[in-house]
Amino acid sequence: MGEVLKSALEWFGELGIFCSRLVKAALTPPYEWRELIRQCDAIGARALPLVALAGAATGVVLSLETRDSLVRFGAKSFLPAIIVFSMIKESGPVITGLVVSGRAGAGIGAELGSMKVTEQLDAMEASAVDPYKYLAATRVLACTLMVPLLTIAATFCGILMGWVANTLSDPISLRLFLERGFKNVLFSDYIPPILKTSVFGVIIGLVACFQGMRTRGGTEGVGRTATSSVVLSSLFVILADVLLVRIILIIWPVS
Amino acid sequence: MEEKDQQSPIQVQDLHKSFDNQTVLNGIALEVRQGETVAVMGRSGTGKSVLLKLLIGLQAPDSGSVRIRGQEIGGIEVNELSEVRKKIGFLFQQAALYDSLTIEENVIFPMSRHIRKSQNEQKERARELLASLGMEKDLDKLPSQISGGMQKRVGLARALALDPEILLFDEPTAGLDPITAAEIGNLIVDLKKQRHMTAVVVTHDIRGARAFADRVVLLHEGKILAEGRFAELRNSKDPFVSEFLRNAT
Repeated sequence: MGEVLKSALEWFGELGIFCSRLVKAALTPPYEWRELIRQCDAIGARALPLVALAGAATGVVLSLETRDSLVRFGAKSFLPAIIVFSMIKESGPVITGLVVSGRAGAGIGAELGSMKVTEQLDAMEASAVDPYKYLAATRVLACTLMVPLLTIAATFCGILMGWVANTLSDPISLRLFLERGFKNVLFSDYIPPILKTSVFGVIIGLVACFQGMRTRGGTEGVGRTATSSVVLSSLFVILADVLLVRIILIIWPVS
Repeated sequence: MEEKDQQSPIQVQDLHKSFDNQTVLNGIALEVRQGETVAVMGRSGTGKSVLLKLLIGLQAPDSGSVRIRGQEIGGIEVNELSEVRKKIGFLFQQAALYDSLTIEENVIFPMSRHIRKSQNEQKERARELLASLGMEKDLDKLPSQISGGMQKRVGLARALALDPEILLFDEPTAGLDPITAAEIGNLIVDLKKQRHMTAVVVTHDIRGARAFADRVVLLHEGKILAEGRFAELRNSKDPFVSEFLRNAT
């Protein structure tokens, strides 16, 4: 037990040192714009189909599951609002966070891990290029920027497919569905979840880069890094969600 | 200025390095003069590669001093260390080419970050360097698509991209067939003649080292056991030195 606690504290300590070095590297010019754009494409654009599909599936399931329950209570007309609120506030952000944790977390962890064990990170440093700036900062920033955008896409697909699933059993026009769904949605309902997903992006990028850049032990080590990147980033996304929901409710209380 | 020019490019004093309570380097002192090529030899695990990494600041010593062109590199800021590293070219044991970049892009990479030249000029310079090392073809291939010997050449071209004053080689001929190993050895000799560069070469290849090294340093149990010209070491009365030189490849 003592050993586990000690290694956990060491891990957090090293992560802290990693973060301070990363922030310093990221804020010092010149900036790596080209690599940032490349990473935005890899982490954002290329994850779009999977995130959209996950969002759409969530919308369909939400519609099918909730509909039955609401019919029992005679509250079927609330279905659009439930789907919209759920997708905007919780399902969209969390599903996106977990999908990106799996895809980008494993990808970044394995890529940097492989570069570490084959001395490519050392070669970069030897060429007077800071891997914290070129590799880590660009990936963390790309995750921070792309996860909110992917969340918007997942939410959109979830609401749209929620309507499709609903319409198949109980036809309703898209316009009426959206009118009912967004009737009580305020602009302030969008902002906190979007900000929340930026934090998810920071967590995913940080954990994956940190794990990748401290990889040891050849190809086996790279495998372990990919797994631990996904597990730890998913875990911290879920924990951050709980914490951030509480903070959001304190800052923006439900009226 | 004159004093600086006369200073040895590499000065190491009382260098200590341990990993997990295992002492790897135990009080190393080494000076490499301008234009000199020093071969560092010794059994596997005696800290030869660690010494190279300490020379370029990839690892920090537990104690001791490393001076490159008179500048102490221990504890300096990242940007200052970057300036020092621009003066040093490093050829890694497995070449360590960036596997997502093509051969040409690998050589351009350091230039694109530190040399103010147009993309075309950088490309031209990369091709020139690669051609001088016998790599005129397959420039669009990825490192995984070329042989180990070719990877070493590309790694060498990348190490030369910033026109370094000092070159560090980590087992440049390891894992290569005898003909390719001899070719790489000849390239080092040519570089030495053409550029009059200061170099430290970690190697097990005694035949190659004899061709390019002005001086040999033999590491044993974390210390420099013997150093000097080949002829001097061959006459050494130390049983380990004579056995090592007799058995080395």
